Amino acid sequence: MTAGTANWSFTQDDFTAITESLSRFLGETKSICALLVDRSGQLVTTVGNAPGLDTTAFATLTAADYSANDQLAKLVGENDFSSLFHQGEKESIYVADIARRLLLVIIFDSRTTVGLVRLRMKDEVEELTLLIDRVFSRGRSGAAPERLLKGADDEIDKLFNW
Amino acid sequence: MINYASREINCKIVYYGPGLGGKTTNLEHVYGKVKPETRGKLISLATETERTLFFDFLPVDLGTIRGFKTRFHLYTVPGQVYYNASRKLILKNVDGIVFVGDSQAERMEANLESMQNLYDNMAEYGYDLTQMPFVIQYNKRDLPNAAPIEDLQAALNPGWEVEDASKHRVQPDPYHAGQNLVEQLPGGEWVEKAPYFEAIAVQGDGVFDTLKAVSKLVLKALA
Repeated sequence: MTAGTANWSFTQDDFTAITESLSRFLGETKSICALLVDRSGQLVTTVGNAPGLDTTAFATLTAADYSANDQLAKLVGENDFSSLFHQGEKESIYVADIARRLLLVIIFDSRTTVGLVRLRMKDEVEELTLLIDRVFSRGRSGAAPERLLKGADDEIDKLFNW
Repeated sequence: MINYASREINCKIVYYGPGLGGKTTNLEHVYGKVKPETRGKLISLATETERTLFFDFLPVDLGTIRGFKTRFHLYTVPGQVYYNASRKLILKNVDGIVFVGDSQAERMEANLESMQNLYDNMAEYGYDLTQMPFVIQYNKRDLPNAAPIEDLQAALNPGWEVEDASKHRVQPDPYHAGQNLVEQLPGGEWVEKAPYFEAIAVQGDGVFDTLKAVSKLVLKALA
């Protein structure tokens, strides 16, 4: 992609490792669903069960919410707020930063407690940070299969025949 | 971002420009015209008077390339000068930019200020606007006080110097016969301009031409 913008790719192996880790977290904390979102608002993956949730819109708003709070933190002299908690009547969400690149969003209800989610979150963030660092270091070393659309100019042109 | 697991290519396009220039109108027109199954919800974080406070957001699926679903995330920024903090946040990890200029002669200052603000905000992220997919839309062409295109081009799209000698060849503007995107000036200097489009966004004129052009540039940057 162009210089300066997000430039990284997830492979099937990354995806499998992330999914396994998040599934384990959901099981242990009895949470409903986990979303991994990049800081620009794009959804990386969803694990768990969230019927009817508009995950695309959810991802975008999460990133905006987190970014706005990041700026609020700076205004009060903090580097960042490393996590956010929004409490609802039935369902609540907990958001944590992963390697300054991604956000982990956990949706949970009264079957668990914010205390348990928060407690287990620390280990989960560490685990995901290791996995995500692997994705980024590969992106930086240029080993990622980035030239997916190489030679696809004709196909791209066809896409715009409307 | 390319997601091999979900076989998706996600790209972020931001509509930038002065307040009340028609950025949100562009998104509303796209929302109204594309098939419901190819787009998500249009989300507006706006004030009670419908001025954009943080951003508008619309995800659109353009189709499939090499088995990958191409999804474009369209954002607008708040145009009003004092909302720069939120405007800058939206530019993070942007893949393509549409500058929506207001053609009205009396909005020239506001256009220039917004363009400068765009360059500044991009530079703060370390992005170089001249090296990425970037198109300009001159909106409100139907208004009686609309400035001539030549004046708008001279003020907002005068061109930037092309330093890379391998790009020193004339590149015709595919959207305007007889004009060039890359050309040599009489003084010998090579300059490149951003593609531009005329639009009347409230009627939908030029909206899809602009979107197509920027999306294509974004995908070709991957090719």
